[in-house]
Amino acid sequence: MVNEPISTAETSVPAVASTTSDSRYAIELKKISKRFGAVRANQDIDLAVSKGTIHGIVGENGAGKSTLMSILYGFYQADSGDVYINGRKTLIKNSRDAIAAGIGMVHQHFMLVDPFTVLENVMLGAEEHALISRSATDARRELLRLSDTYQLTVELDQPVGELQVGEQQRTEILKALYRKADILILDEPTGVLTPQEADQLFEVLKSLKHQGVTVILITHKLREIMDITDTVSVLRQGQMVAHRNTSDTSMQELAELMVGRALTETNHQRSTPLPTDAETRIKTNNLGVVDEHGKTRLTEINLEVKSGEILGIAGVAGNGQSKLLEVLAGISSPTTGEFMMNGHEVTRDKPMGPLKMRQLRVHHVPEDRLKLGLVKAFTAAESSVLGYLYKEKFTWRGLLQLHNIKKMCARLMEGFDVRPGNPKLKSASFSGGNQQKLILARELDKSPEVLLVGQPTRGVDIGAIEMIHQKIVDMRDGGCAVLLVSVELDEIMALSDRIVVMYEGRIVAEVNGRDADKTMLGLMMANAHTGAAA
Amino acid sequence: MNTSNIELPAWLEVVVIPILNIIMALFFAGLIMLAIGVNPFEAVRIMLNGAFGYQEGLGYTLYYTTNFIFTGLAVAVAFHASLFNIGGEGQAYIGGLGVGLVFLALDSVLPALLLIPIGIAAAAIFGAAWAFIPGWLQAYRGSHVVITTIMFNFIASALMVYLLVNVLIKPGQMSPESRYFEESSWLPQMHDAFAWFGLSITKTPLNLSFVLALICCVLVWIYIWRTRWGYELRTAGFSESAAVYAGIKPRRVVVSAMCISGALAGMVAVNEIMGVHHRLIMNFPAGYGFTGIAVALMGRNHPVGVIMASLLFGVLYQGGAELAFEIPKITREMVVAVQGLIILFSGALALMLRPWVVRLYLMVRPVREVSA
Amino acid sequence: MLDTLSTVYATIDATFRVSTPLILCAMAGLFSERSGIVDISLEGKMLAAAFAAGSVAAVTGSAWAGLGVAILTSIALALVHGFACITHRGNQVVSGLAINILASGLTVVLGIAWFKTGGQTPSLENSARFMPIELPLAGALSDVPIIGQFYSDVVSGHSVLVYVALLSVLVTWWVVYQTRFGLRLRAVGENPLAVDTAGLSVSRLRFAAVAICGGLCGIAGAYLSISQNASFVREMTAGQGYIALAALIFGKWRPLPAMLACLMFGFLDAVAIRLQGVPMPYIGEVPVQLIQALPYVLTVVLLAGFIGRAIAPRAVGVPFVKER
Repeated sequence: MVNEPISTAETSVPAVASTTSDSRYAIELKKISKRFGAVRANQDIDLAVSKGTIHGIVGENGAGKSTLMSILYGFYQADSGDVYINGRKTLIKNSRDAIAAGIGMVHQHFMLVDPFTVLENVMLGAEEHALISRSATDARRELLRLSDTYQLTVELDQPVGELQVGEQQRTEILKALYRKADILILDEPTGVLTPQEADQLFEVLKSLKHQGVTVILITHKLREIMDITDTVSVLRQGQMVAHRNTSDTSMQELAELMVGRALTETNHQRSTPLPTDAETRIKTNNLGVVDEHGKTRLTEINLEVKSGEILGIAGVAGNGQSKLLEVLAGISSPTTGEFMMNGHEVTRDKPMGPLKMRQLRVHHVPEDRLKLGLVKAFTAAESSVLGYLYKEKFTWRGLLQLHNIKKMCARLMEGFDVRPGNPKLKSASFSGGNQQKLILARELDKSPEVLLVGQPTRGVDIGAIEMIHQKIVDMRDGGCAVLLVSVELDEIMALSDRIVVMYEGRIVAEVNGRDADKTMLGLMMANAHTGAAA
Repeated sequence: MNTSNIELPAWLEVVVIPILNIIMALFFAGLIMLAIGVNPFEAVRIMLNGAFGYQEGLGYTLYYTTNFIFTGLAVAVAFHASLFNIGGEGQAYIGGLGVGLVFLALDSVLPALLLIPIGIAAAAIFGAAWAFIPGWLQAYRGSHVVITTIMFNFIASALMVYLLVNVLIKPGQMSPESRYFEESSWLPQMHDAFAWFGLSITKTPLNLSFVLALICCVLVWIYIWRTRWGYELRTAGFSESAAVYAGIKPRRVVVSAMCISGALAGMVAVNEIMGVHHRLIMNFPAGYGFTGIAVALMGRNHPVGVIMASLLFGVLYQGGAELAFEIPKITREMVVAVQGLIILFSGALALMLRPWVVRLYLMVRPVREVSA
Repeated sequence: MLDTLSTVYATIDATFRVSTPLILCAMAGLFSERSGIVDISLEGKMLAAAFAAGSVAAVTGSAWAGLGVAILTSIALALVHGFACITHRGNQVVSGLAINILASGLTVVLGIAWFKTGGQTPSLENSARFMPIELPLAGALSDVPIIGQFYSDVVSGHSVLVYVALLSVLVTWWVVYQTRFGLRLRAVGENPLAVDTAGLSVSRLRFAAVAICGGLCGIAGAYLSISQNASFVREMTAGQGYIALAALIFGKWRPLPAMLACLMFGFLDAVAIRLQGVPMPYIGEVPVQLIQALPYVLTVVLLAGFIGRAIAPRAVGVPFVKER
């Protein structure tokens, strides 16, 4: 394999000297940087991918993978840095430029027109003639040839909306190939596929490689990287931290590179074992959810959280944790099974809404603070009573008790060090960390008996993280049952007394918080572990 | 440069940009005047004089203002729930039906002191009922209020024509209108009310419903910003997911917001039917419902803004009538055209000038760098 | 028997005449909404076009000049709509409403300023109008019972714009379903992001659609003032733009069903005039207002999902924002 320039250094090292370029590479990126406001999504990214190889890019959520790919496909412009395609410096301002440069992309969310047939979707934008019928004849011939060459079988005259996801994805690949793409980028392609469909996809990718197509695979699933890629790069916090030949690395190493070192080594686990008479506050029994589109979101969830413990739920985003939190908080109902919440049974036929939950002292810090946790257009004071207006302190005969609300908000802001501590400011004008502190303050202030927490430190500055963790631990020590959902392994490991790992809507493993090991958890999250108790 | 996520200070956002938008609209209105050979500045002078220059003019201005406050509030309340109620016209019309039925049945039975509150309630209830159906259909059947309220305007119009031609018409009369209500039951005119206190002002259509309109402004303000229900309305309007998280039922909010909106639109009938015409007539909403949209857009859905915008439209209507009287080349429809321009610039193109304002603002005051 | 047949034929004949502006506007709306732009300003564009046609035909004495200026006027308004909705991502309903109100005011203002006849344009000579044209053999065939009579009474004897309207349905169908432009148009109304990633310009497609919409509304307006009538009269569209919108929804945003809905609504209108004051067997006199309200009632019932489902183009009404 031709991979000399791939660096083996730990930190960001240019893959090639930044003034020359090499036509052996299908894609070369030199010092690509992109900021969104204060956030540095990509920082001096260097990358070189040899022609006719499969290259993997791994990284955690928010590491900057999507931004990088969006730059390659012309959704965003890089603030600085250059892109070389096949040795030629190329400016990609929009999708048209990307297509012209021979780049095809299979987005995580498919870019398909549902009512259109496969044939129409493939033709769209690349029709040869003004009449559909003439273009269709040509396209059909070409597509049959392509599907033959690459084993990409799709029923051409079926509306894509009625196809299986796997077939929709093949349609996307056909779209790219029909446009004569010789570089194919796939963004989290197996996230929506069954294992069988994923295997099929890999066969297709291998055959593409043999025909000389360069494939870039963006994923967080390490097993896939090991199975199919020739080379791999690791992104962490917007920077390329390593380039490797796949044959020279291991899942363990990649997992470590992806996650980086823990920020703090503090552990908050209970120092004493849980008393045997600790009350069970949450208990689920074969909980399952099938959503309105008929997709299974949760399957046979069985877990238990007792007073005085933190149960951490680890997993890669999108493996059912959010749905679980939603169901337990009363926002949606289970479709099968049931759960006990602080002594009350909830089933599909006996749902319990968020208000009732709060009255049972079940409080919820939602994962998505901007969509659920607060209303951006509200003042901090208004956001600080979201969900709590039933309390007499805040409404009297329907009238808001603004004085009380403001006073309470000011108190919350002081107690949680929310800055600036002004209840009249718009919720949107606080930084992410301060918004999060306000929400936490609101929920913790009600002395919950059950606390459901989702991503408590997402987008929160480092300084605030430790404080938020301490507050959650204080709750636990006060006898609260805490269920913590986080995609940050550090966080899960620092806080949880017990950890369950979710994968594709199921609980695939459970470990003791003290025994947890990051590499092991990383493998469990990718469902690549062996031997761990399920 | 993408300027849409750059925050501006409130005074730029709610004062300067809206005023710039109105200036744009008035600029184009001026061009139209020039096109038909009228000096725009002269026209403005005549309009202002007609609207404020003498007592009768002022009375008419405020009489028009009353209608706009009602319909403007109606649209504003719905907007806070992120609903677009285009049906003010029909809701006002049906509100008139409520007033008409009550007065035709009871005007010789009940004293005015009882009848008037019942009449006001009837206007509100009938207006609300007419808005309830589109609201319910959106919440529970998924049909969008924009389209259904348009359709309901036409249905209301057909219904009212039918009733006036066939049922409520005063027997032995050609024109389709009901009999006059008993004079004792009429809503007092403003000049009557002033006379109670020994003050004498010119007789105009202005009546006590103007006071009702101002009361409604206060009530709407309290409702939206000072009650639990208003809080729930705004929560659901801004973010349905946050509402669900907070235990608010967005569907109920949709229905109740539409009902309140319809009730406010129905109040136009209090001014028009109880206060001015004293009988049920055809087409009395005369576009006030549509103007309410412009009023709400300009007034940024705030009662104070609604009052200001209503006053502006009151001036346009009354001044426009004066203008049509003074300059034969100009007709009252000039006002309608200006209204269209205002909706265009204050509504559809509301953000057109924003990037420029942002650029100017940034030149004066550069953005503070936020550390990562 | 013969008399009944003539009545039937006369009613069908009237249906075509009444439906013509509806059909043109429904096709206009179809282009706009299929591209993802809500258009409630069919009414306003048609009114402005009617005024333009009436004015220009009166001044120049040429119906074709009237038609041309009507189309240009309507396209200009359509581009204003596009400028607000596509370029500035303004609220599409507000923009449409603004155009309706602007047209309603401006046509009267300009009419009075220019012609001084209460907002009406001068009555047109027949030479300045699109008059009914007799199709070949219509006279000769009129004596052939039933079919010949149908040909001469119903098929023949309409103005050229009536035939244009019917033709517009076929052309719309052909463009939307058979051409590359149509494929892209339908795609951009369903999933603009897919169109963008396919390397096409969303705004260009939408502007094209909105302009075509303007052109068709222009023809509809010209028909009203210089074909069906002999002058522009204030508010002469009288809600027909909204009926066309209802028909478009009723036809589920497809050309042929939308045309049928227009014909049905037109038929109701034609019948309403005939039924006025005529008691029907068993049910007595049908109020004409009920028939007039029927298109709106039916559309509401349809939208509420009680008779089938009208599913709008998925992206309709949503401004396209590329950066997320």
